[in-house]
Amino acid sequence: MSEVRHLLLGSWRGRISLGVVGLFVFLAFFGTLIAPYDPYASSLDLLESPTFSHPLGTTENGADVLSQVLAGARVSVLVGFAAAIISAVIGSAVGLASGYFGGWTDRILDSLENWFLVIPTLPLMIVLARIWNPSLFVLIVVIGLTSWAGTGRIVRAQVLTLRERAFVERARALGAKDRYIIRTHILPNTLPLIFANTVLIVAVAILSEAALSFLGLGDPTRISWGTMIENAFDSGAPSEGAWWYLLPPGLCITGLVLAIATLGYLFEEYVNPRLQEVTTI
Amino acid sequence: MNTRWLLGKLGAMTVTLAFVIVFNFFLFRVMGDPTSQLARLPQATPQEIEQLRADYGLDKSPGGQFTDYVGDTLQFDLGVSQRSREPVWEEIKDAIPWTLLLVGTGTLLATIIGAWMGVAAATKRGTRTDDSLLGFSLFTYSAPEYWIGILLILVFAVWIPAFPAGLQMSPGVEFSSWWAEFTDVLDHLILPAVTMTLFLLGQYFLIMRSSMVDVLTEDFVVVKRATGLPWDRVVRSHAVPNALLPLVTIAAIQFGLIAGGAITIETIFSWPGLGELSFAAINDKDFPMLQGTFLVFSAGVILANFLADCLYFYLDPRVQAR
Repeated sequence: MSEVRHLLLGSWRGRISLGVVGLFVFLAFFGTLIAPYDPYASSLDLLESPTFSHPLGTTENGADVLSQVLAGARVSVLVGFAAAIISAVIGSAVGLASGYFGGWTDRILDSLENWFLVIPTLPLMIVLARIWNPSLFVLIVVIGLTSWAGTGRIVRAQVLTLRERAFVERARALGAKDRYIIRTHILPNTLPLIFANTVLIVAVAILSEAALSFLGLGDPTRISWGTMIENAFDSGAPSEGAWWYLLPPGLCITGLVLAIATLGYLFEEYVNPRLQEVTTI
Repeated sequence: MNTRWLLGKLGAMTVTLAFVIVFNFFLFRVMGDPTSQLARLPQATPQEIEQLRADYGLDKSPGGQFTDYVGDTLQFDLGVSQRSREPVWEEIKDAIPWTLLLVGTGTLLATIIGAWMGVAAATKRGTRTDDSLLGFSLFTYSAPEYWIGILLILVFAVWIPAFPAGLQMSPGVEFSSWWAEFTDVLDHLILPAVTMTLFLLGQYFLIMRSSMVDVLTEDFVVVKRATGLPWDRVVRSHAVPNALLPLVTIAAIQFGLIAGGAITIETIFSWPGLGELSFAAINDKDFPMLQGTFLVFSAGVILANFLADCLYFYLDPRVQAR
């Protein structure tokens, strides 16, 4: 536990990233409560530059940009973490089965993984989201279903080396069942790797949610940073020079993704000692 | 080139392409309800709907629909767009060159600049140069590419009106010469191409940097240095060509990522490529067009993978020896 604390708090990158992620998770829960205005309420102050009453200006409907940014954290954080969990569950299950059982199971599952690595991800997400009609649930499922292949590949490689190790051989020789071996020997030794990878998937999932929302495939009933950029762009904010409307949602996405990716790399470096000499991120 | 190796790769590519075609059928006909396409005609009489179902071949058995679909696809008959009533393949055929122009320019620039930045960072590891290049690339890697594009429009088309904010050439202009047309397209290409470059740059830089760090620790670099060759000559003539290998092949493999970038970047710049076609199809629920563009994007990735394999084979003698 102290190792993990050192990992996260030992460098300024880790401290800042943890702070940023903590801030946005807090906003995901309480953002709507501390927002000065109702993020959906329109007013007559259309596309107004920042003032004292609206510190980040207003939208094309006269809604408060700051309140929308605060409220938008919820969708990004929720979709990011939920989709990453789905992706981790599928990826680990496929990777474990494929690496542990080998043979035909491995061949079929491995081709499935290759298939998902080849198919262009955003177009596939678009097609699925369009077919199933956009909602928060559909976004989570679509992103989770399309982003597990990398995890599967990494888990499979780890399981392949674990399977041949002496303690697994010994357990098998003593008559342990597959389920027991996977649960007590294989899975605990793979979990740190799965965790580090899942943190990176959260970053990818947040970017995917923003892109889908920007393309009009977000949940139409909820404000998100991607939808904010879409609304700003569609209402002609660039040609109006409305930087106060365009900058905040994009900066939030970038900051959150950067912070989560940094934490992911720190974990990855920790669980994969081979990386420690090469990567210095 | 080794014929057996090439035939094997071609065979694998054909199998994957066949899978793409089958997958595309299931994606759109099985997971999506085809009759929802007819729902846009609320006043249609039952006879009209029956007629439409027959036109789309939906009155046949699933097996019959499947063979029809495979036959049509192999003849590049991808159906009719519900938005424009034009054949889907005709529109896609017109869009492909524009996407290739944008993606090609962006990839080329990102490879050159990313390689250059990667060498600069790897040879000065741990310095301030290295740190700032890393910071910059991590920022562009985390920022949504369409947001960067919109900011470029705000700064370089609105505040400083140096470049057009969209389209591929000035509308309604009769060009006096091909040169005038060329420079006009170039003028329109700059902002989207810069956006595409920034989108790819971070990743290319990180690949080049780590590949260069690896190569610099290899024995042949030490030996070259020991022969008294100046350090910058060792880097330029011996380390860089070796370190470029992964970057060049990954740039080709990354076509799938580029397809995603093309959709958002073409959308904000109204660039008339495949990405904008997909975006219009999303909004209009134009399923035949969405299916067509998805097929072309997937086929593009597979083709790019194949070309990357060939390139790697050609560039790396170690693969040929195997």
